[in-house]
Amino acid sequence: MMPPPMPPPSRSSAPAIRPDRTSSGRYSLWRLLREGLAGQRGWSRVWAKAPPRARYRVVIVGGGGHGLATAFYLATEHGITDVAVLERGPLGLGNVARNTTIIRSNYFQPANVRFYEFSLKLWEHLEHTLNFNAMVSQRGTLNLFHTEAQRDLFTRRANLMRLEGVDAEALSRAQVKEVVPLVDLDNGRYPVLGGFLQPRGGTVRHDAVAWGYARGASEAGVDVVEHCAVTGLRRDGQRVTGVETTRGFIAADVVCLAVAGYSSELARLAGIELPIETHVLQAFVTEGLKPVLDVVLTYGAGHFYINQSDKGGLVFGGAIDGYNTYGQRGTLPMVEEVTAAAVTLLPALARVKVLRQWGGVMDMTMDGSPIISATPLEGLVLNGGWCYGGFKAIPAGGFTTAHLIAHGTPHPVAAHLDLGRFAAGRTVDERGVGPFPWLH
Amino acid sequence: MLRIPCPFCGVRDEVEFRYRGDATRSRPGAAEEAAAFAAYVYVRANPLGWHLEWWLHVGGCRRLLKVERHTLSHEIRWVGAPGEQPPPPEKAQAS
Repeated sequence: MMPPPMPPPSRSSAPAIRPDRTSSGRYSLWRLLREGLAGQRGWSRVWAKAPPRARYRVVIVGGGGHGLATAFYLATEHGITDVAVLERGPLGLGNVARNTTIIRSNYFQPANVRFYEFSLKLWEHLEHTLNFNAMVSQRGTLNLFHTEAQRDLFTRRANLMRLEGVDAEALSRAQVKEVVPLVDLDNGRYPVLGGFLQPRGGTVRHDAVAWGYARGASEAGVDVVEHCAVTGLRRDGQRVTGVETTRGFIAADVVCLAVAGYSSELARLAGIELPIETHVLQAFVTEGLKPVLDVVLTYGAGHFYINQSDKGGLVFGGAIDGYNTYGQRGTLPMVEEVTAAAVTLLPALARVKVLRQWGGVMDMTMDGSPIISATPLEGLVLNGGWCYGGFKAIPAGGFTTAHLIAHGTPHPVAAHLDLGRFAAGRTVDERGVGPFPWLH
Repeated sequence: MLRIPCPFCGVRDEVEFRYRGDATRSRPGAAEEAAAFAAYVYVRANPLGWHLEWWLHVGGCRRLLKVERHTLSHEIRWVGAPGEQPPPPEKAQAS
């Protein structure tokens, strides 16, 4: 008997249902009750462990927040499910699991306010969109100021935000003390003069973001491929044709790099140099405490931010160590600087033990703003350059990168984040320090 | 913690120094195109490996040093004055 003829390959048709694909079903209170009564035997794997196929319409390099979110929105917003996400290790162990879980949109440049506000709005509906509990907690983000000049700057920033329709409130010293009783308002070095609150800012369980997007993308038909490192990019003239990986060559019409930290190294495989330096950013968590801090608090006289996780540990971080590094660990001078800021602002923490410290490597761009852009190589799309703002940007980064891949034109809220802005003199300079990424 | 062997002051902790970035970029000539200036100002090789960079010894001799450092292990294999160049890689590996 002759086998049936193969259908002609179609660029847009969804792949056939495959045996390795499982569905974890819809999560609900009813499901929880039913599984509780049935001995919890009905749960299944949250995303399919897909072996890579020989060709895809879109290959996304990097199974972190941005890569998974891009795949999810390609499948759900644009109907493009012939997509693979390649991750060199296990899913969600890179920067998506190394940040301090903060979400906010209190930026200074109006274009960045609009982009991060778009992200914040997607965060507000994320759990419904994904049917996954990401523990989105809009507990408020409180930025303190310590000088009169800083008061002016923050007032201006708050006014710019309100012009964009974003929430921002000024707090007096007494109100700051009411919100965070631990703060030493009259600390000897930098007395607190007041604060600036974004009530809709907050935190999200970062691991759940990776898992939720991976589950959503996998159920929509995307192949999430773990332990598959990209070692080369294949090109035909000025067009990308696929990626060489540790599991063989994979052909693709579009290759998207979502590997912040390693963007320069991956782009080099395509012969492209980027306006990026890689720097390490450290984070810390203390032993669990009773509830003492119910907002995200930032210190204005240094670079320090802190919030309390639902387990009770205080999660905090500071600035980058200050020189190019791919080492995901961090060095002692920054540990000293961050802990000095912590006990200046919150002296009661002096005896609290730090349980863990870790580092993640960031793409630091030359203007402090991210890059979501086509590249000189046709078919190669870059999502990177996230600086300090990668985690909070995950939904918007994925949404706008998916738009760029599907339509070939940038999404309006991310149009200012193109790679050409540097040569054209349209940099989005959030800090105003010039092309010195170790100062951002 | 980096320990940087300053050729003028001896081995000192990194807290005495200020990082000044990639030392391989050189300013294009006045006749060059704007694109060459944009690349000079913004683009970086950013290698995972050996990196030639500027460090200013602010807490010591206040001289600008050229340092060759590995961006993953943080090992420093050569330090020199601004006008000097590190030995070629083969020689450095042999020594």
